Amino acid sequence: MSSGRTLPLSSAAGASGQRLLRYTLAERVNHWIATLSYIYLLLTGLAFWSPYLFWLVIFSGGGPAARFWHPWVGLLFTASVLYMYALWRGDMLLTPADLVWRRSVLSYIRNEDEHLPPVGRFNMGQKQFFWLMLGGGVLLALSGFGLWFVDALPWSLRYLRYLAIFLHVVFALATIGGFIVHVYMGTAVVRGGFTSILRGEVSAGWARLHHRLWYDQVTGASSRKK
Amino acid sequence: MSQATLRIRKMSGHAGPVPGAGTQRELQVCKLIDVTTCIGCKACEVACLEWNALPYRETLFENTYQTMPETAWNFWNLIKFNEYERPDGSLMWLMRKDQCMHCAEPGCLAACPADAAIVQYANGVVDFQQDHCIGCGYCVSGCPFNIPKFNSSTKKVFKCTFCSDRVSEGLEPACIKACPSGCLHFGTKDDMKELAAQRASQLREHFGFPNAGVYDPPGVGGTGVIYVLHDASNPEQYGGLPKNPAIPWVVKLWKGPVKWLGNLAIAGGIIAVTLHYLRYGAKIVKEDNRAEGGQP
Repeated sequence: MSSGRTLPLSSAAGASGQRLLRYTLAERVNHWIATLSYIYLLLTGLAFWSPYLFWLVIFSGGGPAARFWHPWVGLLFTASVLYMYALWRGDMLLTPADLVWRRSVLSYIRNEDEHLPPVGRFNMGQKQFFWLMLGGGVLLALSGFGLWFVDALPWSLRYLRYLAIFLHVVFALATIGGFIVHVYMGTAVVRGGFTSILRGEVSAGWARLHHRLWYDQVTGASSRKK
Repeated sequence: MSQATLRIRKMSGHAGPVPGAGTQRELQVCKLIDVTTCIGCKACEVACLEWNALPYRETLFENTYQTMPETAWNFWNLIKFNEYERPDGSLMWLMRKDQCMHCAEPGCLAACPADAAIVQYANGVVDFQQDHCIGCGYCVSGCPFNIPKFNSSTKKVFKCTFCSDRVSEGLEPACIKACPSGCLHFGTKDDMKELAAQRASQLREHFGFPNAGVYDPPGVGGTGVIYVLHDASNPEQYGGLPKNPAIPWVVKLWKGPVKWLGNLAIAGGIIAVTLHYLRYGAKIVKEDNRAEGGQP
């Protein structure tokens, strides 16, 4: 498929000019449900977080509307990360190759990717982000239930709500940290990554550079030395 | 209820200084409740409903004279009835008017994220502005007295207003007006503290209540509603009046250090990725370098 942006391929690339399917349509749709719902939750959540950001509720129809929809959109986000778990759990387990890769993480940060050992479909940073958002999605939903129904908890159980407030804040901050890095990596740094989550495809060269073991696997070149 | 004639001192969820705060000298208003002279007539309950035009609601009989177990979104003033057995075996009523305490440092206001949904007037009254309330219920968790009550159909929170609409016009609150026994007093905080101290010493010296005292808890900066109790050493027996009320530590942590650490972390993260991009830039795949001679 030639749609979307294509990476500059030299004629010498020849056989490697192919495009590889990295994300299926279901994976992409689910990723964007998670993205859009997370952005909504982020904007409304930040509005509730700080008086200096309360103006953000204008994007969601004002304070009461933001408070009404935040829990429902939260359920959508949690559902999408759970589906993500069903789709990707096999690819997200840490492997020995990840531990080798981790030792060279400074090379990754410095964009010296040629010096990195090969990794599978996801590198360790992506896997850590996945588990962070999965755990965050589940725990934010659980603590969120404690905040949702204001008069559900009797006075004698008020400590549960105190705990829920605190955990909700802490888990939200943790996911925000991951989100900043993920958006930055996926759009600004790893060129081709954003296209791949939009249209599902990467170039062979991209796959070889960033996810060599996965490239070998999908191209059947597993006899290649690692 | 919004009271344009009362100046505001503190405002919930407000970015920056409170407009007009500190520009006018204002006496602190206070209700003094002398529980030792309460006769349990509930005139204050009725006066509260009448003045605030609250709808009548179902009551709950639990083998006590108490109208219902706790205050409600449309029932802000509740006499709590407690039976106390004296050492000689005889019975004594402990009756306490339960309502918003109008704390000098209100936990509800500290926890509220909505701009000006909770205000503290310059005269010390803490008031909810339902038109700014977003219905999150954080005030419920900020309050150590179990006072803010949520209406699940309107998604707004309500409580005693100190009859701020009456007080702003120079009138006493409706409950005070209705009290037939002289157990409720209204005036400045200083005057009420003096009267309360006098009454407490009278109880100690002439009425055989050695533990009589004034309830004006310092954990919330003092309150705009103070009690004279027969036994100030055990306020819990008056229908669960907390001994040392304070804003829950979770709320303090959340609105204090956690907020600043969180803000620093978010700002730090954004700065860090920006610097990373300026220093290292993007990972761009050069396809022609990757053909790796001869490999298919």
